[in-house]
Amino acid sequence: MSAGGIHPARPFPEAARDTLQDAQMRRNLKHATTTIREKRFRAVAELPDWEALRTRGAELKDAALSDLAEQLLTLETAVKRRGGQVHWARDAAEACRIVTDLAASHGAREIIKVKSITSDEIELNAALEKRGIQAIETDLAELIVQLAGDTPSHILVPAIHKNRAEIRDLFRRKLGAELLTDEPKVLAEAARLYLREKFLSTKVAVSGANFAIAESGTVCIVESEGNGRMCLTLPDVLISVMGIEKVLPQWADIAPFMQLLPRSSTAERMNPYTSFWSGVTPGDGPQEFHLVLLDNGRTDVLADEAARQTLRCIRCSACLNVCPVYERAGGHAYGSVYPGPIGAILTPQLLQLEDENANTLPWASSLCGACYDACPVKINIPEILIYLRGQITPHKSHNLENTVESIAMKTAAWIFNEPFRFEGALKLARTGQGPLVQHGAIHALPGLLGGWTSSRNLPPFPAKSFRELWREEGQNDE
Amino acid sequence: MKIDLFITCLNDALFPQTGLAMARLLRRLGHQVRFNEAQTCCGQMHFNTGYQREALPLIRKFVNDFRNAEVIVAPSGSCVAFVRDLYPKAAEWAGDDDLLREVTELGKRTYELSEFLIKVLKVEDVGAYYPHRVTYHPTCHAARLLRVGDAPLRLLKNVRGLTLVELPASEQCCGFGGTFSVKNPETSTAMLADKVQSVMSTGAECCTAGDNSCLMHIGGGLSRLQSGVGVVHLAEILASTESMSAGSSETIGAMQVSAEALL
Repeated sequence: MSAGGIHPARPFPEAARDTLQDAQMRRNLKHATTTIREKRFRAVAELPDWEALRTRGAELKDAALSDLAEQLLTLETAVKRRGGQVHWARDAAEACRIVTDLAASHGAREIIKVKSITSDEIELNAALEKRGIQAIETDLAELIVQLAGDTPSHILVPAIHKNRAEIRDLFRRKLGAELLTDEPKVLAEAARLYLREKFLSTKVAVSGANFAIAESGTVCIVESEGNGRMCLTLPDVLISVMGIEKVLPQWADIAPFMQLLPRSSTAERMNPYTSFWSGVTPGDGPQEFHLVLLDNGRTDVLADEAARQTLRCIRCSACLNVCPVYERAGGHAYGSVYPGPIGAILTPQLLQLEDENANTLPWASSLCGACYDACPVKINIPEILIYLRGQITPHKSHNLENTVESIAMKTAAWIFNEPFRFEGALKLARTGQGPLVQHGAIHALPGLLGGWTSSRNLPPFPAKSFRELWREEGQNDE
Repeated sequence: MKIDLFITCLNDALFPQTGLAMARLLRRLGHQVRFNEAQTCCGQMHFNTGYQREALPLIRKFVNDFRNAEVIVAPSGSCVAFVRDLYPKAAEWAGDDDLLREVTELGKRTYELSEFLIKVLKVEDVGAYYPHRVTYHPTCHAARLLRVGDAPLRLLKNVRGLTLVELPASEQCCGFGGTFSVKNPETSTAMLADKVQSVMSTGAECCTAGDNSCLMHIGGGLSRLQSGVGVVHLAEILASTESMSAGSSETIGAMQVSAEALL
């Protein structure tokens, strides 16, 4: 099932310890992220005004967020005016109930899905299944993940952790396809045959949304495979689940994003399919349209001035592709449908910093800053990571590890507050390190620091600190 | 120019030779240097790990210690980036407008060594001599927060006797990340493994950078693998001269000495 939700089952360091063991996954990920990184670099370099575009993207999202309530009300009015219906969902449970009720009221046994990440956030597939409704993913990668009984490990390329041979075996097993090779063309054809039948026979579709335009009540999806076009036009009923931060005030606002999004996500100048729809048109396309506006923690993020910019995210996944932590640990280590750097700030915030496991995510970063450089809407992810660490730390539950860390940090701060204490501590450390130093280096440390020396040596404290040497040989120039 | 040395706590405690090298270099270029012994730590470790309540007094202390400095120079891109980029955030998040004004002002006078040499002093050739094969790792905070760009490379290219070899995937983080390496040791190690492999593939005698924290990490990996490749801070390369280097390789960092001892 691709319905993974946003509640990590384990703390990040623990989950990463396991995923790091999967050598095949690491090779697949490294190959995929390196390729897309290089491609993206070229695609971005083609635009002379990329930095200005990023700034524009950030400004437009900020402007929309600054009066979000009003934009949403405008959107609601416009959607209704065009014959659509609007539903407000406070949380995941409410959103699932709205969608499953709608699907059930049409007697659906199967529904088709496109752009599912928001529906994965609310674990819609599981909710549908409880009502006897089977959700069928139509994005190729989502389908692969669903058939494998796996969860997505990337926002844009959910099956990034799998290679072609693995996918060929999966299709043979699950779709009964006779596949002679693992050529991408052959694999895509097998999926196409399976999906085409579903597109033509399914009456209800559920979609996500990339953007919504308030003034006209228009919803937009940007995609590569054409499955979106199928889902949005063929069924009788279309239900779109959209995070409330996706709204833009007017049509003109969308232009910069059409340049920013494809280049950032798939490293393409333009994505193959962009669909816009407004309400219903008699005799053309779905005759019933429902827009579910999902909050699920977003208004709390909005209320936090320091972290609000998180909601600018357009889910392009550029930050994942450049993140050295994501590249090694993989998406599953994050335990949420939102992995990587954006997930590390978004997941704990959506859960209001109350989830013990999600609250380890802001530390799943070396703060190298590559994500901030890559973000097309200039979300300062490292800064928000640090901010969230500061919000979470005072409330961390007091298991032994946290207690030891807290004491160590408070002691260090006390020492640093007075230079004489610092100098004294250095002298103590020099004396105390004796038994740890072998052949001029420290090879094993006790306690919390043990992880460091599992793979790295440490230099010992030298005979004299800088301040001692300065007193002896430096001296201030006057 | 009167320069206040900002010797980070890590340099003070573990790598005193880097601070001395920086002082020697700046003096050789004709400037007056001063070390205010009241300074201890900029508070980055606390702030970045989530102990922001504990970091604030250290930030205020730093401001007091350097209030009268004309210009502040440190052998660390990371700590300078912290002062310049995050001190204002710390003040903002604490709702302290006076502190915000002060740290914004202070940030404009605080420089990492290589950017200070290139952008402020406008020297590219510091008259150094270092007859070794060297590869350069651009540390994340210097590269991405301070945008020092090619400043370190321009300085290295003018060092006599030095052969500069390019580091593959140089822009990738070494995986140190302060307490990240302790809190997520396995992920950090996976990142380090790639970095160490890159360094070793260059055939360099040593890897240099503008931050002893990253070098401690990379050096720790190189030492554990008994690679025989050392690490040395950029300041030490730039400070060394023909007379100093003759018959001695003392400036190729403590980590190589330990690696040799292991071999």
